Parts: sequence; C-alpha cells; structure tokens
Amino acid sequence: MAKHDTPLLDELEKGPWPSFVTDIKRQAEKNPDCWDILGQVELSYKDKITHWKHGGIVGVFGYGGGIVGRYSDVPAQFPGVEHFHTVRVNQPASKYYSTENLRALMALWDKHGSGMTNMHGSTGDIILLGCRTEALEPFFYDLTHEMGQDLGGSGSNLRTPANCLGQSRCEWACYDTEEACHHLTMHYQDEIHRPAFPYKFKFKFSGCANDCVAALARSDFAVIGTWRDNIRIDQAAVKEYIAGNIASNGGAHSGKDWGAFDIQKEVINLCPTECMWMEGDELKIDDSECTRCMHCINVMPRALRPGAEQGASICMGAKAPILDGAQFATLIIPFIKVSADNEFENVIEIIENVWDWWMEVGKNRERVGETMQRVGLPTFIKVMGLDPIPQHVKEPRSNPYVFWDEEEVEGGFERDVDEFRARHAA
Amino acid sequence: MGYDPANPMADRITDIGPPHYSKFHPPVVAKNKGKWLWHEITQPGVLVHKAESGDECWTVRVGAARLISTELIYEMCDIADAHCDGFLRFTTRNNVEFMVDDKAKVQPLLDDLASRGNKFPVGGTGAGVTNIVHTQGWVHCHTPATDASGVVKAVMDELFDYFTSMKLPAQVRIALACCLNMCGAVHASDIAILGVHRKPPMIDHSRITGVCELPLAISACPLGAVKPAKATVDGKEIKTVKVNNERCMFCGNCYTMCPAMPLADPDGDGIAILVGGKVSNARSAPKFSKLVIPFLPNTPPRWPETVAAVKNILETYAGDAKKYERIGEWAERIGWEKFFEKCNIPFTIKSVDDYRLAYDTWRTTTQFKYTNAIK
Repeated sequence: MAKHDTPLLDELEKGPWPSFVTDIKRQAEKNPDCWDILGQVELSYKDKITHWKHGGIVGVFGYGGGIVGRYSDVPAQFPGVEHFHTVRVNQPASKYYSTENLRALMALWDKHGSGMTNMHGSTGDIILLGCRTEALEPFFYDLTHEMGQDLGGSGSNLRTPANCLGQSRCEWACYDTEEACHHLTMHYQDEIHRPAFPYKFKFKFSGCANDCVAALARSDFAVIGTWRDNIRIDQAAVKEYIAGNIASNGGAHSGKDWGAFDIQKEVINLCPTECMWMEGDELKIDDSECTRCMHCINVMPRALRPGAEQGASICMGAKAPILDGAQFATLIIPFIKVSADNEFENVIEIIENVWDWWMEVGKNRERVGETMQRVGLPTFIKVMGLDPIPQHVKEPRSNPYVFWDEEEVEGGFERDVDEFRARHAA
Repeated sequence: MGYDPANPMADRITDIGPPHYSKFHPPVVAKNKGKWLWHEITQPGVLVHKAESGDECWTVRVGAARLISTELIYEMCDIADAHCDGFLRFTTRNNVEFMVDDKAKVQPLLDDLASRGNKFPVGGTGAGVTNIVHTQGWVHCHTPATDASGVVKAVMDELFDYFTSMKLPAQVRIALACCLNMCGAVHASDIAILGVHRKPPMIDHSRITGVCELPLAISACPLGAVKPAKATVDGKEIKTVKVNNERCMFCGNCYTMCPAMPLADPDGDGIAILVGGKVSNARSAPKFSKLVIPFLPNTPPRWPETVAAVKNILETYAGDAKKYERIGEWAERIGWEKFFEKCNIPFTIKSVDDYRLAYDTWRTTTQFKYTNAIK
C-alpha cells in the first residue's frame, strides 16, 4: 500500500529503460521506509530543490572515512529517511561477485539499512544508501565478522582504488590491474580509513590506453598499461580482415552498413603517427614512431596485439573542475614495470614520494594536480627526483621567462651598483 | 554474538580490506586470466572472448539503473545461479555482466532476461550508447542543482534504441553530474549533462558562527568573492561573510565548506550540456567536454528540454560523422562553428571562456568556416 502519492515520479515508471521508481516501490513492499525515499524525492520534484541537509559527521569507531552522513530536512514528513547515511563498502577488484557473497551482503543491508544501493559509486565502492546512525556500528560489526569485508574511503584520504577488469577478461591489459589494485588497497588500509591528506587522493589502474576506468581523467595517480617493444602482428589474420572474413572493430559497427572493410581508410589513414603501410598484402609498422594509441589494435583485435615487453605509464594529477578547473593527469613516468613479483615496490616508492611532498606543501582541499600547477611542473619533476625529458611536455614553453638559480649564472646575482655607475652614468 | 553497544571495541576487526577478487572469478575467467587472445561483439550486448586454451567466455551485458534495490540484486543472483555458475560482475558504467562458458548457454540466458519485462535490457556495447554514469541528485545529495536518476531515466528512455543497437559512428559515452563537484566526472564525456546553479549563495547570519569556520569559507572561493563582514543578529554584532555577486561563478564550493551559505534555488538551478570529451587515447588525445548549452531549466519529471538537446546532438553526429569518429573528433574535424550550425544550437557569450587559461580557446588564426553565425 503506497504511503505517499507520487504522481510525478510515477511518470518515470513509463518507457523502456529500467525504472528506479518501480524498483523502489518493489523494495518498499518489504521495507516501508522506502516509501519515504519516494515521498521526499517527489517533494523535490515539486519544489525543484534537494531536501537533504548539509553533511553530518558520522562514522564508525576508529575510522575517519567510509560513511557519509546525510539527514533529511523534512524528517517529520518522512521519518523513514530522517537519517539516511551512505555506507561505502570496498568493492572487490573488477567488481566480480559470487552470488553467495552478494546475497549475504544484501541480506546484511536489508537487516541494517534501507535496502537501496548504488551499484556502484563513481569511484568504485559498493554504495549502500540509507542507514540510521544507530545501525552503523552493528552493520560494520557484521560486515567485518560475517562477511570479512570492509569499508571504503571518504573524506581527505586515499579513496577506494579502482581498476579496469584487466587480464581477467581482456586481451589488451599490459599488467595485472586487479592484483595491483588489490595489493595497494591492502597495503594502504590506514590511508583509506583515516584521513591524513590535504584532500582526496585516487589511484586508478587501467590495463591499456583505452582506459576503461578513466584513470587519466579521474585519478591523482593513474597507472595505465603500455608496452615498449613492437606490436605483434598476425599477417594471416590481417589477410582475413582484408578479405572480409572477420568483422572489424570486434563487430562494434554491425548495426549499420559502413561498406566493406578498407584497411587503408580505417586503420592506416587513421593512425595518428602515420607509421603504418601495406607492402603487398602485409601490414608493416614502424614501431619506433608508434605512440601506442590502440586504434589499430582496437580495429583488428585478431591480427594485432600489444607488444610483449609490457608495463605501464604513470600519470598524475587528474581531477574534475572544482576548484581550479578540470585537469587530465600529466605523464610523469613513461614506462615502468608493474609486477606482483616485487610486490609493486617500485610503484609504492613513487606513491610515497608524492605523498611525502604533497602532505607537506599541499593546501587544505588542494588536489595534488592543483599543487603541481601551483608549484609548476619543473619543481614537481625535481621533487620526484626525475630528469626532465621531452615526454613530460606536449611542446616546450613559448615564453622566455626562465627562472635561473643564482648558482647557475656566472658571477651570481650580487653586483655593485657603484661600480656599475662608475662606468654607466644614470 | 553481534555488536555490543555496551562494549563497542570488543572483538573489533578493522582494516581487512575487500575480499580477494579471485574468489569471485567465474571458472572460465579464473582458468584463462592473462591468456585471452581476442574478443568480438556477436550481437548488441553479447561479447565473446577467446582464450589461448580455446575456451570461450560469452558475456551478456545488461543495463541497470544505478540506484537499485536489494530485491533487484537478488533477482540478478537468481539469473547468475541459473545460468552462470553463480557469478556476475558490474561494469564501470553500471551495467551488469552475466558470463557463460559456452555459446549454447547464451540464448537461454537471453530468453530468461527477456522474460523479466524491461528490467534487464541487453546492450551497451560497441558503437552505441552505453549506460549513463551519474551521481545522486535529489535522491541523496545535499548540493545538487538537479536530479540524477530521473534525468537519466528520461534520457535513456529516449535513447533506448541506441543502447540496444550499434549503428553510431563510434561509442558515445554520456554522463551526468548533478553539480560542479562532478562526482560523476562528466568532464571527459562525449555528451555531459551537468547540474548548474545560477544564483549566488545566501548567507544565514544566524547560523554561520555555529556551523562554519569563516577563514575556510573565505578561502574556499576560487575567485575571492567571499569576504569577511559583520552583521547584527538579535541585536548583537557577529562576524560573518559577504559575497561579491559579480565575482561569483556559482561553483558552490563555499556551501561545501560552510552550510550557512546555501545557493540551490528552484528557478536558478538547471542543466548545462557539454560535448566532445573522451578518456580513451585511441587516435586523438583525451579531451575535455566543451560547454555548448549553458542552461536548460529543471522540468521534472521528464526534463523534455534536456532529453531533446541530448537526442539532437547525438542524432546530428550520427548522421554526419565518419566511422570511428568520436563526437569530439567530429566537432574538431568540421570545426566547432560548424558544430553549432549543424546542431542548430545558438552560440552565446556563455560558451566563450573567461576563466583561467581561456586564451588557449580563443581563435588565433584567420582560418575559419563561414556559417550562419556570420551575418
């Protein structure tokens, strides 16, 4: 029995896409508090404004992150959502689940919370949506004891790391993104749960330059798979593509007749470095000119594969616009081996180098990309103990305002103006 | 025994992290990890991955609202138990993937999904529109300028045909963030739907002393529009802040730092549309989304203006771009002046950048195309 009339939301039960309204109504039959979610959202649809109060500091003992407090500003009307805190549960790498695990986790959420979720939050966590304050500790107790699972991050800490599904089901991943993500998540539990940074810090792990987890756009520390030898070519498969026996781009364009596959037009001419050509019926690549953009491999996945000497590029400093405008991550380490064999020791060393510096010089609520902007890339490169290389920039600077250190200039900066005036009248 | 409120630290377990992913891999994935050879999309929403061993992993991808109930998740588990050895996964775009190890198991799975009404639409692959990544909106957030789940539902209803097919020039990634904080990271999406505020914050002088650290509120403003001030509350002079409205760009960061500076408003708030971003490095470098429509009103429950704007851009692109061209690549090839003309979007002063590094976006060449913008 509906507890509130929701004529506006009911409109969202129409149409072919799955309706969250229908779904919440179904949940409300089991947990009547969910009627109040609908009731309050309906009121927002009427008022065209949110009815959630600002913030509210709640959490579980010993953790500074993992729970986001939220209270209704109309609790008398909608007591079921008076407290509506978010619980962030750290997702397993790549977001694979056994139904056994997922059912148990959902049963736990039915027991302690609203029964509504986001699968998943934008950063990657399992978001359990809507918990009363007094239920937080019991939920956390059961989560750790019964499920062997833990909260993710929120606030000025290391946010829950995330990865593309990598080698688990993709032929292009140049390192084990799942293991890297899991290992570093375990290694940095303290940093995930206890905010100690100027602001949030995100790791993301993508297996190749297609970047399915948006590491380059969204993470302070992006590990993006790449290779440094030659693209592996199966010339027999190239011929099959040319003959039209294998669908181009893995069949991704099958919904429209784009005409017969044309390797010159669709692969060679679209190569951004123009490093490919045909010799007879063989595809040739000048790999020394290749920037590993992935286009040719995307179009002919059965004929072309990333090279065998694989690793990753590390880019740093991405963020959305708040505050200083959006930034993509900047290429800092062009190539590094990423391996569980050394427990990712070389990656950890870079992370800690950045953190040590950023925790000292970063301002309150300043993402590392903004700190990098403020001090400048040359300073950041020095902080990282790196030699500047052309790969760090798109192009060299076009202004001549170079900061020279005193010790770099013959005779230093101190001069005698009287001696100068003896030779040059004012 | 469960949690004992009288003794909250008893038996406490902390910092155990997530379960190891390998416990949740379907058997065919566990066996062939790192040994995949190639993949193909055999029909919209259905992928096959071939391993060196000769094994095949067939994946059926279904769309889902991001806001979902435990009841729906139990139903997903029923499906995975019946067809997929009890395993499933979620994608970074909030689709659900059901995997089987034999082609013969695909059709029964598809039939099962289809038998459940419109709860599990199959698609979201290749040169189509995949699920819209989005934020919380009015369902759960304290700073939104618009709703999220509702706008996404309305847009996806209209673009449904592009989710279940692969007839676009390339994949089109749509994302929605309900305010400029961009938890949904729309700043690098082919089409970005962004909630925006248009009124400066109000100042709740009677509360500000109790709930805000004034220096933090002042330093939160990237444009220095928030200044220290004094006000009289109940006959007493208090320290507070004032806002220089001319400098305010409505980012809402002051409200994030100071609950006594709310700026949401039924008429002020609405939606901006940005276009042409991408994350992938394929062919061209990753690009930011560019603002092409500065404001559309909030019109719940179905946001017709936003739905129409998104559909118009998508279909203009679909009719004009070359195979493989992402929306941003298309717009750059034809020129942004042509983009506005072809999409019949009025160009306004709001699309001319006046924020930091704006100069990089100004035209410093005599190369341009004549369009209907030149009278």
